[in-house]
Amino acid sequence: MGDKAPLIPQFEYHRPASLQDALELLENYNGKAKPLAGGTDLIVQMRDRKAAPGHIVDLAHLKELDYIVADRELVRIGALTRIASIQGSELITRMAPILARATDQFASWQIRNIGTIGGNLCNASPAADTAPPLMVLGARVRTKSASRERDIPLEQFFEGPGQTALDPAELVTEVAFKAPTREAQWSYFKLGRRSGNTLSIVSLAATFDVDGGEMCRARIALGAVAPVPLRPKRTEAMLEGAKLDVETGIRAGELVAAEVAPISDVRASADYRTAMSSLLVRKSIEALMGASKS
Amino acid sequence: MSNRISVSFIANDKPVSVEAEPNTLLLDLLRRQLGLTSVKRGCETGECGACTVLLDGAPVPSCLILAPRVEGRQILTLEGLAKEGTPHPIQEAFVEANAIQCGYCTPALILTVKSLLDRVPNPTEREIRKAIEGNLCRCTGYWKVVDAVLLAASKVQALSPK
Repeated sequence: MGDKAPLIPQFEYHRPASLQDALELLENYNGKAKPLAGGTDLIVQMRDRKAAPGHIVDLAHLKELDYIVADRELVRIGALTRIASIQGSELITRMAPILARATDQFASWQIRNIGTIGGNLCNASPAADTAPPLMVLGARVRTKSASRERDIPLEQFFEGPGQTALDPAELVTEVAFKAPTREAQWSYFKLGRRSGNTLSIVSLAATFDVDGGEMCRARIALGAVAPVPLRPKRTEAMLEGAKLDVETGIRAGELVAAEVAPISDVRASADYRTAMSSLLVRKSIEALMGASKS
Repeated sequence: MSNRISVSFIANDKPVSVEAEPNTLLLDLLRRQLGLTSVKRGCETGECGACTVLLDGAPVPSCLILAPRVEGRQILTLEGLAKEGTPHPIQEAFVEANAIQCGYCTPALILTVKSLLDRVPNPTEREIRKAIEGNLCRCTGYWKVVDAVLLAASKVQALSPK
């Protein structure tokens, strides 16, 4: 090993002081510049020579994109908000406990201290830990470039592993969602090789509206079981109006197995991921039965 | 191509100013330019925690941080913990609890524990395990590390003004 080398390729370094300056830089170096948020993915990709941008636009100084606020029930999180800030946010714990839980199980303390929510989404890993909870919350991302602004449902934002709807000169500036009602039930499971500091083998986020013994609405999102974080729409549709019982859980588990499209990798086989997707869907329904009884 | 830039920050309570290529990692800046070799090179991908330093008091992986990013900020490494040659109570606790075997992960663990105790003076075992989840230790099995942190908490508390 030893202390050799610059570990990552050279680049020209830019440190814009405002969002506007950052957008202009990205526009000027169209396609040749990469925005740097927390760096927990990009620096590793550069080290592995999977990325070698000629220009780095360091977003570290854009404090204007580091915030968590609520306008009535609309929760807005700036793209450069660190995962640790979301994990420790009283507002998020109160208004979106499912996101608080997911950020609590996100990587390690060290990574949460530098990784950002915008970076986690823009890296577009199928296993991105903030994606499933944000998808069931119905989150949308706001984007900006020097010439336009967009508002994209998170579900349409992911286009494949590492691929998003963003243009090279565009930045995500904010993630926003409507806080679920206090009555809404939720589940979050992250299955990894160990409980801390791990990549998801399968993760599941779900929110349910229940009335009496019946499900009015089910939203489910699964991580690491398809090229993008997945909403199993047929399973959700089946659950709507379904009776809340063990049988429904089993049927939903069977149905979701046909909707996931996992790969085999060092962490788990495709078969295992499929079986665990079924199990986690079943568990989330069973947890719901326990909750509505009490 | 040389586009060295100047980086000024506080390292272990002392202001420093260095020139570095922007692609220098904080890990390399600390080890090579400042000789702070308690900061260990491990996985280089942010997974093992051996390169942890405290940035404005919070544990971060120095292998994933570009040197220019620490401009104006405060860095603490293990070298800044002992005052005038006297080990910090957390260091003493690690020795007394036999929480060290090969020692490679130890400087980073001690810094993470310092940050924990600064926030949570009396952590539960669960809080301790959660805090050190990003510091991989392949020798101790963590039992003695947890003992050391509990011991360190009592030592720090005994010293701090009420």
